[in-house]
Formats: sequence, structure tokens, C-alpha cells
Amino acid sequence: MTTRTLHFKIYRYDPDQDRKPYLQDISVEVDSNDRKLLDALVKLKAKDDSIAFRRSCREGVCGSDAMNINGKNGLACLTDLASFPEGKPIVLRPLPGLPVIRDLIVDMTQFFKQYHSIKPYLINDDPPPERERLQSPEEREELNGLYECILCACCSTSCPSFWWNPDKFVGPAGLLAAYRFIADTRDQATNERLDNLEDPYRLFRCHTIMNCVDVCPKGLNPTKAIGKIKAMMVQRAI
Amino acid sequence: MVKRNLVGAHYGLKDWLAQRITAVIMASYTLIMALALLSGAGGSFERWRALMSAGPMRLATFVFIVSLCWHAWVGVRDIWMDYVKPTGLRLALHVLTLIALIGYAGWAMQILWRL
Amino acid sequence: MKPKVTVRKFDAVIVGAGGAGLRAAIQLSESGFKTAVLTKVFPTRSHTVAAQGGVAASLGNSEEDHWHWHMYDTVKGSDWLGDQDAIEFMCRKANEVVIELEHYGMPFDRLDNGRIYQRPFGGHMSNFGEKPVRRSCAAADRTGHAMLHAMYQRNVKANTQFFVEWMALDLIRDQEGEVLGVTALEMETGELYAFHAKATIFATGGAGRIFHSSTNAFINTGDGLGMAARAGIPLEDMEFWQFHPTGVAGAGVLITEGVRGEGGILRNSQGERFMERYAPNAKDLASRDVVSRAMVTEINEGRGCGPNKDYVLLDITHLEPDVIMKRLPGIREIAIQFAGVDPIKAPIPVVPTCHYQMGGIPTNYHGQVVVPGKRTQNEIVPGFYAAGECACASVHGANRLGTNSLLDLLVFGKSAGETAVEELKKSPKAHKDLPADAFDRTLERLNRLNTQKDGANVHETRLAMQRTMQKHAGVFRFAHLLKEGVEKILEVQKAVNQTEIKDKSMVFNTARIEALELDNMIEAAVATMVSAEARKESRGAHVRDDCPDTPEHPNGRDDDNWLKHTLWFKEGNRLEYKSVNLRPLTVDTIPLKKRAY
Repeated sequence: MTTRTLHFKIYRYDPDQDRKPYLQDISVEVDSNDRKLLDALVKLKAKDDSIAFRRSCREGVCGSDAMNINGKNGLACLTDLASFPEGKPIVLRPLPGLPVIRDLIVDMTQFFKQYHSIKPYLINDDPPPERERLQSPEEREELNGLYECILCACCSTSCPSFWWNPDKFVGPAGLLAAYRFIADTRDQATNERLDNLEDPYRLFRCHTIMNCVDVCPKGLNPTKAIGKIKAMMVQRAI
Repeated sequence: MVKRNLVGAHYGLKDWLAQRITAVIMASYTLIMALALLSGAGGSFERWRALMSAGPMRLATFVFIVSLCWHAWVGVRDIWMDYVKPTGLRLALHVLTLIALIGYAGWAMQILWRL
Repeated sequence: MKPKVTVRKFDAVIVGAGGAGLRAAIQLSESGFKTAVLTKVFPTRSHTVAAQGGVAASLGNSEEDHWHWHMYDTVKGSDWLGDQDAIEFMCRKANEVVIELEHYGMPFDRLDNGRIYQRPFGGHMSNFGEKPVRRSCAAADRTGHAMLHAMYQRNVKANTQFFVEWMALDLIRDQEGEVLGVTALEMETGELYAFHAKATIFATGGAGRIFHSSTNAFINTGDGLGMAARAGIPLEDMEFWQFHPTGVAGAGVLITEGVRGEGGILRNSQGERFMERYAPNAKDLASRDVVSRAMVTEINEGRGCGPNKDYVLLDITHLEPDVIMKRLPGIREIAIQFAGVDPIKAPIPVVPTCHYQMGGIPTNYHGQVVVPGKRTQNEIVPGFYAAGECACASVHGANRLGTNSLLDLLVFGKSAGETAVEELKKSPKAHKDLPADAFDRTLERLNRLNTQKDGANVHETRLAMQRTMQKHAGVFRFAHLLKEGVEKILEVQKAVNQTEIKDKSMVFNTARIEALELDNMIEAAVATMVSAEARKESRGAHVRDDCPDTPEHPNGRDDDNWLKHTLWFKEGNRLEYKSVNLRPLTVDTIPLKKRAY
């Protein structure tokens, strides 16, 4: 079995022991069974059990292991080890723009607060019918590219507008979720949802920088969803 | 006063739309200006003066100036909103910006109609 | 110095925020009881998120279907080890809970008439086993993801109080055996808490990570099983583990059975559709245990693919690319990411991979935990409920049908929640006092871990456990390997009792968490090995070389001696057995029969 040594520079900070954060140089041997960055991180943790990072499904659906990999946000479990150039250290940092709890683990409170602020649930005040609410395949197709979000926060934490106003700008993930409910024919709260976003900060801090589209590990396009929300507001206003 | 995170001022769309519309106006004016210059309107002071004092051009320039100021108002205000947190100071800067922009617009008009 | 334990009081505490936990939480929050939901990970990161193919319900949207047929299939799938009262309950409730989910906003795929899209799935047949039926309600191949998010969203609406990144450590039981809550660790601060509650609901998921090759997430460490076992609750039917036929070879990532539901075919090295030989009727859509064994047989007989002949191929290249893009987009992503093939152009290498734990904490169909007592074999443990993969109702018996797990967590999550609400309404206002020794077990474990010198490495010990389980309790089981396996796993247990961590920080100490998880995993592993060694028959997912297919014991099943549930007790590492409930609630018993597809 062929092995290869990977060199890492990992952001380390344990408020219990460290006065300030530092980059740790550490390397690990991987073999051909280790395909993804997460495989290497698990091996690293076997070597030094104090490296802290989140992980769970290891197949890109739970959204736990988002981090900043060589300067770009992504999921460790979907990042190919083969994609790293030989000889250059792999630099791992926590997601930017959120407070660090420890090492690669960030405090996502603000991110989820914004997600919750758009009322991320179906609102339909009609008495529920006995059977399913009907929806044509075409209407259902409107939700594709929206409902698949895994809330990993790669997008929002790569967005300069979110870095600057994390308390006021909903951010790409939250806005994608907002449009997911606006686009759902079963939802009756479109007007309230648009009202909730009609504000110089909440929606309109998006300056179509499109970092969100660039980093989304699920290939979703929050900018497009944001554009559709804006278009609906214009349609409503004129 | 209690400290609250205040959002929900209902002018996001209006300003966003205004910025886009004023941008289109400014782009169109720039195009007109470029064509005029290419056709030699800037060759001498007299020709330049003739161009700018013509009725339609005067009106176009006026619309351009207003658009520019409006566009700048939204942009500069966003900068104050991003960087200046104390409400009093921010309000003062907003007012100063408005005074400056209105002043510029008035000045520009004065020049235009003096021609 | 003894660490401080802060006590917090709630009406109910739910441990786990996957499908079952969230469904129970909806019930409790909407009824107004003060409820805490503890979860190791943010709710939408729970492993329900990875379920792909669908949830079973006899809605009959595409063709005629009936809950009774579904019940028949489930009993047959369970190889008659499932309790028929619980199975009837689940199949009858299926339509109701799936429709509710749709009302919560779940983005199901749709048929042209606007109703929920349904696809065929392994073992689901019409008219009592005649031919495959479309029963699996699906949202593309991301059903679990869509479902988990829809239920989390409903909980946001209901204002459920979540404790995110809190790990429950031990069950609190008093002298009378009543459950009074759990102790828990706040991961971010390392501080200890006790959740004092009148109702404690476990929805902690399975322990699939005890095997080396598993489709399960890192978090599936059987925490509920470990906590229950340490508190004297037996674990039921732990010898039955489902090996999913189609895990990506090498990576272990799941490829849904829905792929075969949409027309995918398994092929050996000769390109042969070998399932035609093993299950002439259902073919590739036979029950999972049957397909997994067929695949391993093909590989063992030299018809595996690849340089080492150690996998078979799942072929969908004959499907229209449009169908793949529309119905199986996630699978295509997974195949490209983890197998390096685009399934539109080439078949996917797959092997049977540990997937689901049929056994668990014994419950009745109301979600109440039951243990053998003085009067009956199913006496209710007051204040204690369990639902989902960590529980054993038992609806899956010796083998679960695909799509019945998502149904299980909806039905029994709701039912556990409902029962808890009823019991809470009857309960006195005041909480029962906590016993003096309520935190002792937790403090002892933590103290041991923090002061251990020259101990065992957590990573290596876990690996030793996983390799032992894989080798000694895999798809096919051998009498001598099981015997050896019991000794080996008890050796590993000794190491687990002496794990040492280098990292002693209080802040988000993942090394400590992994060590505590290993404490739980080893209980599940020992229970599995001991129960499997003892069961001298082949049934469902448990197939032994010394119990082959004979005329008097078709498929190696021995109903005279082994039509019974195993109960493993941690104390003394001993086994008891209890009878299977063959009496449904309203219909006739589905009589014992040889299982063939």
C-alpha cells in the first residue's frame, strides 16, 4: 500500500490553556484508503487527541465538518486529499467571522439565530386536510436547489457582508431558507416573509459578491435565491 | 433605553431599486457623453459650451447630477451604517452627507443654468 | 475535589434529536410541558439526515395498497421475530404520521395528480407477498434529510428548548427502579448537569459504529444502550444487525435501496444478474439480509469484481440519465465523491456494510421501556421511554425492511411522546426526590478517566473492538468464531475500562467525549457478541454455519427452541429470553412460514 506524508498547519486555540491562538505544524501518514481530508484529520486525532473539530456523517449531508481549508471554506469529508499539491502544507482554520470556541470549532449561535429569524417552517393556517396537500411536480421542482441546504455555514462565513453585520444581515444560508418557504406553494405567509426581509440590512446587505455560490459544498446558489426574493419584492411594489 | 438589535426599517427595496435605476441613468448619460465627445463636441470651448447649453443636454445633465447624488447618498449611507455604530454620530454624518450632496447638486445646477 | 453538578428540572427530558427525538419533542412541546431536548450535535446533524430512500406508508397513491399487506411484509421481513401487536400498530399508523409530516412542510416528490410520490423497495409487496408494490414515500434520495429538517423546523415553530452539544452520560434511577432523568455534560464548558424529569425519553439512535465497516455516522455510538445497560436495563435482540447490501466498497457510504427500486441491478464479475438465482420472485428487491448474503456468497465463490474480487457492481447505466438526475441526484454525487464513478456511465462497486441495529432497549408499542418483572415479562419502567433505532418495540425482529426505520421513528417517536404526555397529566405536581447516589456513577466514570495512568489508547481500543465485531459477528457467522469473539470482546472491554486521554481541557474536549462514547459502544458490542453466540439458529440477519437450511429447519430457523427475544443484562453478562408476541391488535396472527422471496 502506498503511503504519503501530509503536512498540516492547524489553527489551535484552547482557552483553557492557551493565551492566544497559534498555528501548529503537524504531519501524518496517510494511505490509499484515506481519500478525504476528514480521513486524515481522524488519523491526526489518533496521534494528538487534543485537536478539536466537529464531524459526524462523513458523507457531506450533516454539515458538521465545515472549516477553512487553504483559505477556502469547505467540508473536510468532501475534500479530496488528492486535490492538495505535493510539498505544500495544508492550512486549516476555523470558519471565519464566528467566535472560536476551540481549535476548528466555532460558535454558530449567530448563524442559527439568523436562520431562525426567517421563520424556517411552513406556515399554513387552513385546517389541515385529511390527506396530503396537493402540489404538482412542477411546483415541487421549485424547491430543488433550496431544500437541500445542510446548514454547514460555509456560505455565510465566507460572505463579507455577514462578517460585517452578522447580527443584522440574514446571510446567504438564511436567505436561501427564506426563499425555500416563499417558493413553497403550500406556504401562505409570503407577504409576511417579504415584510420580514424588507430592510436595508436583512436582505439588502447582499452585494452579490457570490462567495456563497463559490464555496457551497452542495452546489446550491443562494445568490440566485436572493435575486428571486428581490424580484418578488419589486413585483409586489410596482 | 433598552439595548435591542433593531432591524425592519422598511426602505431596503426602495433604495436598492433607486440605486439600480440611477445606475442605468448614469450609464446612459455616460454613453451620450462619449458619443458627443467622439463627434468632436469637446474640440473647443465654444463647441463644448454649445453642447452643454442646449436644452435637451442641459436636462440630461441635470437628471444625471440628481441620479449621481441619489446613488451616492445610498452608497455613502451604507458605509456610515457599516462603520459608524453610535446612533447620534451616524445621524450627524447622514445629515452632513445630505447637506453636501444637495449642495453639490445645487452648485452643479447653478453652473449649468449660468451657461 | 468533587466536581459540581447543577440540577435542572423539567417535566420531560428527551435525549437525542434525530427523527424519533424530534417527533417526540413536537408532541411534548405542543402539549405545553416543559421539555428539554439534549443532543450531542445540532439537531439537523443527527444521523436520520443520511436516510435516503423513503418512508413506508400504504397510501396507495400509485397502485392499490393496504396496511395489512404492509404488516404481512414486515412480519415476514422480521423472520417472525417481530412482535405482531407493535407491527400492526406501526403499519396502521403509517399513513397518519406521513401525512402529518407532509403538513409540517416535508418536500416529498410528487405524482402528476399532486399526491406524494412512492417507489418500490425491498421486501414490500402487494397482496401478502405477491409482487413488489410502490410504498416508499420519497423526497428524491434525500428523504431523511428532508424529514429531519422538516421536523426540526416544526420544533422551531413549537419553541422546543434544545440543549445543543450536550452529551447525556448516565440514567438516574431510584431504589424503586423509577427513572428520574439523566446526568449530562455541556461539551462547550465541560460542566456537569443533572436533568431531573418526570419523563425521560431515549432517542439516541443505534450503535452502528461498533463495526469496522459501517454506513453509520461517527456519532452513532449507542449512548442510550450504554446508559440503559449500566442502569440495569436489559438490551433486547442485539445479535440482529442489518448489513445493507449496498455500501460503497472501501468507503462504507450508503447507496440507497431506492436505486434498485428505480431499476438498479446487482451484477457479479461475469455481468450476471445473480439475484435471479437467490430470489426468483423479488430479485434485486428481496429483503436486505437475503441480498447481502447472496452478495457475500458470490464474492466468496470467486465471482467478485475488481483486482481483489471483493465487491459486486450496482448497475444503473441502463436507466435514463434524466431519471437518475431527478430521482437519485444524491446517489450520483456520492458515487462520484466516494467511488470515483459517474453511475450514468459506469456501475458502482458495492459491498454489504453494517447499517442498522434491529435490537435495543426493550419497549412496548406505547414507547414505554419494559423489563421482565415479578408478575410479567414486560413490566413498565416508570418514567422511562425509548423510540427509534435505540429501542426495540420490536417491529423489525430479525431483519428490518428498508423504509421501515423512518416509519419506526415517526410512529414510535410520536407514540412515546403521547404516552409521556398522558402520564405527565396524571403525575403529581412535584418531582420525586433524586436519590443520594444519583450522580455517583457519572462522577466515578469521569474521575476514572481523568486520573487514569498508563491506560489504553481510545483510538486503538475502539479499532480493536470494531475489527473484532467485523470478523466475528459479520454477515455470515461461524460457531467457532463467535466463541472466540466473546473472549476477544471481553478482552477489549478490559481495555475500555482503562482508557486514558492526554487532553484534560474543560473546553470542548472531544477526546473525553470519544472515550465516554466508547464506554457506551462496548456495552452494545458485548451484548451483540454474547447474544449472537448463544442463539443457535439462523434467523433473519443472524445466519450461522452450524444452522444450515434443512427440511426440518428451513433456512436454519428453529421455531421450537428459538422463537423468542434475547435479553442481555450487563450485570453478570447474562442472558434471559422472553416470548415473541404473535398476537396482533385486531387481525389474525400471521402464521409462521418459511421465508422466501
